[in-house]
Amino acid sequence: MKAQTKDQNDKLLSSRRGFLKGAGATAGAFVFGFSFPLDKKAFAQSTAASDEVNAWVVVNPDETVLIRIARIEMGQGSLTGLAQLVAEELECDWDKVSFDLVKPGKNLERNNVWGSQATGGSTAIRGSHEFLRRGGAAARAMLIQAAAQQWGVEASSCSVSKGVITHEPSGRTTTYGQVAELADGMTPPENLELKDPSKWEIIGKPVKRLDTLDKLDGSLVYGVDVSMPNMLVAVSKTCPVHGGELAGFDASAVEGMAGVKHVFRVNHETVAIVADTFWHAKKAMDALPVEWDEGPNANVSSESIAEMQREGLSADTPYVGHQVGNAREVLKSASRVIEADYRYPFQHHAPMEPLAATVLWTDTGCEMWAPTQRPEVAMATMSEASGHPQEACEIHTMRIGGSFGRRLATDYVNIATLVAKQLPGTPVKTMWTREEDMLHGRYHPVTQCRFRASLDDQGEVEALHVRISGQSITSYTYPSTITEDRGDPVAYQGLEAEGDMAIGYTFPNLLVDHAIRNTHIRPGYWRGVNLNQNALYMESFIDELAHETGEDPVEFRRKLMKNHPKNLAVLNKVVEGIGWDTPAPEGIHRGVAQIKGFGSYVAAAAEVSVTNGKLKIHRLVAATDTGYVVNPQQVKAQVFGSFVYGLSPLLYSECTVENGRIAQQNFNTYEVMRLVDMPEVEVHLVPSGGFWGGVGEPTIAVAAPAVLNAIFAATGKRIRRIPIQESDLA
Amino acid sequence: MMKLNVNGNIVEVDAEGDTPLLWVLREHLGLTGTKYGCGIAQCGSCTVHIDGVAQRTCVYPVSAVTEDQKITTIEGLGQEETHPVQEVWAELDVAQCGYCQTGMIMAVSSLLEQNPNPSDDEIRTQISNICRCGTYPRVLEGVKLAAARINENES
Repeated sequence: MKAQTKDQNDKLLSSRRGFLKGAGATAGAFVFGFSFPLDKKAFAQSTAASDEVNAWVVVNPDETVLIRIARIEMGQGSLTGLAQLVAEELECDWDKVSFDLVKPGKNLERNNVWGSQATGGSTAIRGSHEFLRRGGAAARAMLIQAAAQQWGVEASSCSVSKGVITHEPSGRTTTYGQVAELADGMTPPENLELKDPSKWEIIGKPVKRLDTLDKLDGSLVYGVDVSMPNMLVAVSKTCPVHGGELAGFDASAVEGMAGVKHVFRVNHETVAIVADTFWHAKKAMDALPVEWDEGPNANVSSESIAEMQREGLSADTPYVGHQVGNAREVLKSASRVIEADYRYPFQHHAPMEPLAATVLWTDTGCEMWAPTQRPEVAMATMSEASGHPQEACEIHTMRIGGSFGRRLATDYVNIATLVAKQLPGTPVKTMWTREEDMLHGRYHPVTQCRFRASLDDQGEVEALHVRISGQSITSYTYPSTITEDRGDPVAYQGLEAEGDMAIGYTFPNLLVDHAIRNTHIRPGYWRGVNLNQNALYMESFIDELAHETGEDPVEFRRKLMKNHPKNLAVLNKVVEGIGWDTPAPEGIHRGVAQIKGFGSYVAAAAEVSVTNGKLKIHRLVAATDTGYVVNPQQVKAQVFGSFVYGLSPLLYSECTVENGRIAQQNFNTYEVMRLVDMPEVEVHLVPSGGFWGGVGEPTIAVAAPAVLNAIFAATGKRIRRIPIQESDLA
Repeated sequence: MMKLNVNGNIVEVDAEGDTPLLWVLREHLGLTGTKYGCGIAQCGSCTVHIDGVAQRTCVYPVSAVTEDQKITTIEGLGQEETHPVQEVWAELDVAQCGYCQTGMIMAVSSLLEQNPNPSDDEIRTQISNICRCGTYPRVLEGVKLAAARINENES
């Protein structure tokens, strides 16, 4: 049996063998694996079913094991975790494992054998662990059956360890590589028993990532790096005011510029320049006279959006997310009501790899080399834009240079396909400049929140009303799923009555409702989604209430958390880690925050100092209970990264709207965290077992409120909108 | 045509003088390990060495480089033997998405060349590359481990 591994795998294997060797300068462009002509049969042959044990597992004669990964890797490390899940049940030698990426066209052709490829919402592991482990177990059973058949013995008399099969009675052995071809014809038993978690040997181990080495010598080809024969490079520009239109442009002004091949309208809002190189296309685009019909949205500003949402803080709304008792009535007659308003600005995903897609359109099909978090949706987008049925389309999925939710949208796929369609037979890489990328994001939605709480004589919370007024992501992405009673389900993350996004406190009377206040700036799923805003609001306000009652913020929380033992456990862990019960060093002040999100329980504690109006975050302690942990060192890496992602909006980042457009177009104005401000971080993984929680997102939400609460402890100042400004600390 | 010394090879390049070195490396020489991140020398993804010193190349015109200046890109850094920074980066699993890491490795290897024993503060202020995945804690650990290893090898 000869394994016909795909480009990515060949590349990986060769880079592992010859790690960091021989990648010197060569004249002439690097050519990414590419098959002419565009031919569906070629795809079918290239991953012919005969080279695999089952859809997930390919075993080569040299004993290397290829595990197919359907979900998307964008840095979060789940590629390795997914492979661990398969390998655990497969009982193969982990040191011989490599991976291959599944293409959506192939998945379509094989009747969705790999399930959903969509990757977001911290679901890659928790949404596929069961069928992946079953896939590994089925492959193991087939390989054992093949060995048993060769020996003429019962499969039940054989055992396997690290890919070596042993016939127990006789002591004979063989290997997966030797029986793999025969295994292909076996039928796995219907009732596959999965290992008890106590028996796991690969799941739960801090194995190294499978996808590291080609990131360290520059050999990994990202979407922006794709190159192929006869390829041209396009730079596109879309009306900077969302909803505006392209009125006209003067192509003659740039047609003579070096390298420029074509200047054309892409659609109602976008113009493109196609050149021999990105640099030539970009230079020409900078020089192209363009006229926009910006429309009425050009009058919108951050101030007008804030005003509109402020009105929503007290307006009537039909949308209720969580109700216990009758908070409104209690608040009406309450003697002591505490009120506070909070707000959170737009954020951009700003992944380091700007958007790019390479598309080859012919009159019979369409092929794309590009990263996407939703291959199925990208296929549909490409199909529609290309005019070809999905069966005539294919996407070569790629590992992504950061995404954080940005490539859940497929706007760049649409533009790249429309550009390539104007140049049949020529592969065209359409690239977005950083500025274009910043102007046309899918922004973390802008919201505000008003709290009203009543306290009784003993300082107990009688009632709490949480009113969120803000932009609803679902209104833009899946408007038909906005319901009459709850409105946008995403709006209540972290404040829900039950489930993956449940609130971690019990109040006798609680009302969480939402006034949808949308604007033309398109929102999207930014890593952590609405959990981030809601945690900042809730965890800051809980601190406010503790202060009002004169209680210790941790003790005050504990009283409200009696029915939430898992939330309490992670809170207690960070309380212990930060040393809450011992005095802080001179000038150091502490704050905590906790929440449940994406199925996991997370908490953070911060130590800060504020000296002469200058904030320094000295230390952060995190605790996270994800139920099971597949790869602890990667979970820790995600917690580190979550703090960085969550502290950037707190300290620096904000997208504002001026004249209807996003004002920040690069990292000089959209500042993000760098090493200089990175605090010391201590991560405690406290998996309690019995459930599968998400990893990539939840901790982001507790970073900012833990620090804000520590700032309050340091200064007595309650900061209710971010990013923090100098005047907040003076 | 201009001549450049890239990773020990003299190569001829046909590009306008105002073309940033980044795009000459990527589009004329096919060395795509050097990344485009911002185009305004803010993020450091485009870092290479010129005569051993870290240089952000996205705003650095190719005309400013002479033939006798040695340009080293990430592809050339570990050409002869794996650089200790790359070695440590693999050991600690520093990279997440990896996009900024080639520039990060070039910045770190240059720092250690100039300053074999950087303090925490020196590392923090001198490695200003942006990583959106947030690998900073492992970058810090990695710089210190690489420094120790380089010093050990030289003693």
